[in-house]
Amino acid sequence: MDTNAFTTVTTADPLMSVRGLSKFYGTRIGCDAVSFDLFPGEVLGIVGESGSGKSTLLSCLAGHLAPDTGEVIFATAAGPRDTVKMAEAERRRLARTDWAFVHQNPRDGLRMGISAGGNVGERLMAVGARHYGDIRAQAIDWLGRVEISADRIDDRPSGFSGGMQQRLQIARNLVTGPRLVFMDEPTGGLDVSVQARLLDLLRGLVREMGLSAIIVTHDLAVVRLLADRLMVMKGGYVVEHGLTDQVLDDPQHAYTQLLVSSVLQV
Amino acid sequence: MIQISNLSKSFTLHNQGAAVIPVMEGAALSVEPGECVGLIGASGSGKSTLMRMIWGNYLAASGSIMVGGLDVARAAPRDIIALRRRTLGYVSQFLRVVPRVPTVDVVAEPLLNLGVPVAEARARAEALLAQLNIPERLWSLSPTTFSGGEQQRVNIARGFVHPYPALLLDEPTASLDATNREVVLTLIEAAKTRGAAIIGIFHDEGARARLCDRLVDVTSYTPGPTQ
Repeated sequence: MDTNAFTTVTTADPLMSVRGLSKFYGTRIGCDAVSFDLFPGEVLGIVGESGSGKSTLLSCLAGHLAPDTGEVIFATAAGPRDTVKMAEAERRRLARTDWAFVHQNPRDGLRMGISAGGNVGERLMAVGARHYGDIRAQAIDWLGRVEISADRIDDRPSGFSGGMQQRLQIARNLVTGPRLVFMDEPTGGLDVSVQARLLDLLRGLVREMGLSAIIVTHDLAVVRLLADRLMVMKGGYVVEHGLTDQVLDDPQHAYTQLLVSSVLQV
Repeated sequence: MIQISNLSKSFTLHNQGAAVIPVMEGAALSVEPGECVGLIGASGSGKSTLMRMIWGNYLAASGSIMVGGLDVARAAPRDIIALRRRTLGYVSQFLRVVPRVPTVDVVAEPLLNLGVPVAEARARAEALLAQLNIPERLWSLSPTTFSGGEQQRVNIARGFVHPYPALLLDEPTASLDATNREVVLTLIEAAKTRGAAIIGIFHDEGARARLCDRLVDVTSYTPGPTQ
């Protein structure tokens, strides 16, 4: 669907504007001709099955993968900039300050050999924090916010449960107060009861910090509870895009209809 | 507050031979502040479909749905989100919440989204839960395990915790006992008095007679059998 067909009343500048983004693996399509705007405080869900291009898209947006064509314009402190054309060092700085990336597997986002407090403190030191007492105090504060008790601060995450590791990864990512969080299947390998707790935590953080987020998942129940807007991908293309409950309750595209009608009801 | 004109809707079932099912044609409706309009018509005539189009989770094929100056039929998703946050409330028949979130937080959430401080939001949620006779020992528990009537009252509390200028009510008294039905009817009357424009589906005829200033039969907007 063409987003330009909508009339817009609210007047904020987008935090991220994506235009004509494409990534090919040889002749195979990763994702093609993706365009959208993300506004401050908005949560965008991207759904689709394995191979639909949703992870490729997320990697291109977060600067982990260079797209073949297209623009990813981010509202930096110094004004809108195309992150695709940025120097690598500048993009890395953005990834440390304004962005955060929550991986499906906490092992990809944590340093397993250092303590929980060290994991959180390391992000702070990367943006210039030097005072040990302050760093430790902030680490304790954040462990509390993700419901990890302060007496585990010196333990290594390798001894944590999957749900705790995921919450620690979120604390490590959010401690520096980013404006945009990329999440790749954040509730992926977790038990449903742990998922619910994580969803509640994420909703609260999005609200309190005014965060924007782009969440890739194949779980329609997760996006219904977390995302304001939804993009449905198939074969590298965005086939449908709109308000989350509209896309799920009144899907227009054949593929979305199939996806929604295939969910088992409990 | 709410003006609907020439609204139509059809469903295209791509995975069932691309069948096109027209469900609404030429719907028109206007609701002033302080007015309550009841939708009537047999099951399947499109009452809920119309409500969902106003809420924005069903796409309109053509026509316009003006709510507080915004055309929901054409608005960008983020404008609909802003409309739902401040202006338009919806009490559906189903409670959809994150499991394990305490009832008091479920009810306070619309206020937190508007930036109301936590303590004040909780206090207002608690007052409403007390008014709706939800026992205090349940406030810290998730409503997912509650009885049908209790869940419905939690839903109503969520819909009335912020004074929305426009309200959609889908059978708000359906599974309530006489005492709680009375509480809910009083809440709806108070909303009318403060100037809310209300569209409701009430199978409860007593409630309909007491609350509705007008009734609209949606059957007149149901497309006839195609030749």
